[in-house]
Amino acid sequence: MDGSQGVGLVREAARPRFEDVALPHLDAAYNLARWLTRSDADASDVLQEACLRALTYFDGYRGENGKAWLLTIVRNTCYRWIERNRPAVVVSLSPDIEGEVDDAANIRGTAPPDPEAMLLQQRDARLLNELMAELPHLFREVLVLRELEDLSYREISDVLGVPLGTVMSRLARARGLLKDAWGRRNTRGENDGM
Amino acid sequence: MECKDLKGVLHRLVDGELPPAMKSEAEAHAADCADCGPLVAEEQQWRQAIRRAGTYYAAPEPVRQRIRAMAGRQSAAKARSAWPGWRIAASLLVAMGLSSAITAYVATPSSTALMEQEVVASHVRSLQMDHITDVASSNEHTVKPWFHGKLDYAPPVEDYAAQGFPLLGGRLEYLDHENIAALVYRHAQHPINVFILPSNAADRAPEAMVDHGYNIMRWTKGGMTFWAVSDVNAADLDDLVKLMCEQKSEHEPAK
Repeated sequence: MDGSQGVGLVREAARPRFEDVALPHLDAAYNLARWLTRSDADASDVLQEACLRALTYFDGYRGENGKAWLLTIVRNTCYRWIERNRPAVVVSLSPDIEGEVDDAANIRGTAPPDPEAMLLQQRDARLLNELMAELPHLFREVLVLRELEDLSYREISDVLGVPLGTVMSRLARARGLLKDAWGRRNTRGENDGM
Repeated sequence: MECKDLKGVLHRLVDGELPPAMKSEAEAHAADCADCGPLVAEEQQWRQAIRRAGTYYAAPEPVRQRIRAMAGRQSAAKARSAWPGWRIAASLLVAMGLSSAITAYVATPSSTALMEQEVVASHVRSLQMDHITDVASSNEHTVKPWFHGKLDYAPPVEDYAAQGFPLLGGRLEYLDHENIAALVYRHAQHPINVFILPSNAADRAPEAMVDHGYNIMRWTKGGMTFWAVSDVNAADLDDLVKLMCEQKSEHEPAK
């Protein structure tokens, strides 16, 4: 038996590595950063800074949910970045927007334009994308995490650091805002004869 | 379930977050209700529209590679210097009577080479972060006490602005598996990190090394090992090191 075989026998089970825990979620991390910063260059910078932080914190990682862990760090790095680089942007919600809201309160009497029709036109997809990008950050991110990232309410609650109830009400509110914005834009479009 | 109940759980239904029993009830009601059926369908269509319209931005390949490289350097340095299996491996090899293998095995890779890689990785990382100091001050009476309470040793701190090496400040670093002090100097637009670790080793004159294009100098004095890293040229780094070595040590009586 040579030395290398002997060492092979005593090799311990490897501790989880950063590459295995976090790197698989790099796209999710970039996507969130890109939606929040609205620029490829800035998203790249933020992602790198976030990964540096994540590498530093990795020793304390206790292996629950790698995706939620990384997204939390990315999100915090984004907001720090926004504070430094876009001080005019107001991120926090005013009390009357936030807070527990019954789903029923968001059902309006008149239905918005038929969403199925939207799917048929690329122009509309671009518009919807734009409207989403223009939502206030806290509503924008909850839509990104739910619709584009498919996170569960529980995972969103972990990433945002807010209770489940807040996730639900914020999501309902975000969808309402998007529909309202769509309705306004579409109506204007018709009036302009587009 | 009634209409107002369904409206209350509409988003949860559409997001698949209802427990199975409630979900069946809601779906059954929607199937039979002329108001709720279209309501649920509309909500589902909105979600579809958002998912299709919303761009999913994947991480660009250059960014991905840079991050992978960052992680690789960090992992490699930590794994090799911290793997507890070294001792187990060594004792097993002794038991198997392969003592000569131990010498070869434990000796490679050398601990100096490992530390070199760690200090370079730390230096590079510090340049990429948005702040290179935790305490930003050229005043030694601000920086030195800042470490008190964070470390169990007191690194010597002095500003050399007059000699062309202004002190920018200090920060906590994590090297060789412990929290240690880093001092940051500047020389002609180039940052210089000086990592200071507690040490049991005897005093040792400065040695110069080069790693990945960075100049490094290492010395031990007064129970501490210093690692200075920078992309300034070797002669300039040597000047800073000379200044730091001339510092009065804590143990010398004040003149």
